[in-house]
Amino acid sequence: MSRGTENVSGQGAEAGADASRLRKEFGRTKVREMREFRGEHTVVVKLGALQEVLSHCRLALRYDFLLDISSVDNMGEDPRFEIVYELATVDDRKHLRIKAPVAEGEEVVSVVDLWKTANWHEREVYDMMGLRFTGHPNLKRILMWEGYPYHPLRKEFPLAGKPSEMPDVAFSGIAPLEGGPFVTSPGSDRVSGEPRAKGES
Amino acid sequence: MSAGTADTTLSHAAYDSKVEGNIIFTRLDAAINWMRKNSLWPMPMGLACCAIELMATGAARFDISRFGAEVMRFSPRQADVMIVSGTVTYKMALAVRRIWEQMPDPKWCIAMGACASSGGMYRSYAVLQGIDKLLPVDVYISGCPPRPEALLEGLMKLQRIIEGEKPIEEQIAGIREAQG
Repeated sequence: MSRGTENVSGQGAEAGADASRLRKEFGRTKVREMREFRGEHTVVVKLGALQEVLSHCRLALRYDFLLDISSVDNMGEDPRFEIVYELATVDDRKHLRIKAPVAEGEEVVSVVDLWKTANWHEREVYDMMGLRFTGHPNLKRILMWEGYPYHPLRKEFPLAGKPSEMPDVAFSGIAPLEGGPFVTSPGSDRVSGEPRAKGES
Repeated sequence: MSAGTADTTLSHAAYDSKVEGNIIFTRLDAAINWMRKNSLWPMPMGLACCAIELMATGAARFDISRFGAEVMRFSPRQADVMIVSGTVTYKMALAVRRIWEQMPDPKWCIAMGACASSGGMYRSYAVLQGIDKLLPVDVYISGCPPRPEALLEGLMKLQRIIEGEKPIEEQIAGIREAQG
């Protein structure tokens, strides 16, 4: 237990120092925001500076392990999307999160040349959220089939899905939700906390 | 000719003790049904956790070979019954359909578990809401996943369905119909 706590604070200290280095190296216009929450460090950068910041992280700061690339849809805000990179080292010494806002229609630069694993992560982001990556060697869908017309993790996409048809490849339909999804309610007593439909579909 | 299973099943009365069981007097339908129901070769369409229970059913403790269905065939051309065990995504759906179409007649289908029967807990854009939207299902098995005993019960149900079939009679009727 104490070993784990030490590890987390150690990770935080190193990542925090790296965040300050990034701010010093690139300045306030490119590195817009630095956040710390419970030992986790997040750096928000301008989309245009993403390539050089990530390249600096990989080559100078030695983040040799890209844990994940994910994306967030903040529908109704501008810029609408956000792309999130989870950087780490193989020896688990430090962990840094890099975020960049992405407006609708904007493309994100691919980092496949920095981390090979970015290939599939970027394909997943493209498939589920519809963000496109410039310079990606093989940008096609990875989970849904080629030709599926929607990006299902976008906020406007209904949970039940939409009908689609690709002859001889696949089709899709609408799932009956019956007022679902069925979710638990936190707090209160156990009976009212049971999973129930809240009539949201 | 009376309806029902009496004239399509083998019963012990069919044995003639004078010829010591080497000769059986029966109807062709009954003999065919008897052979079919006791040598159901499954096509294991294992797509999710139900497949683990399917494997357990095949292993020694539950021993599906007691019902003559131990010969899991990974080639659809040698299979009689497709056991759809697991979540069928839309991406997989047409592959399942294609494998089903590669199976020679007569063929049967068991939808094993909640997902294969109805989409189960996956009320989602990605999951086919029941394999019966694509294939004719003979037996549905409830459970998430069902116990091996439940799969065996489903298999016995299917055997009972096969007992009631009239393959030769239907074939003759088909020929007559074709001749006009």
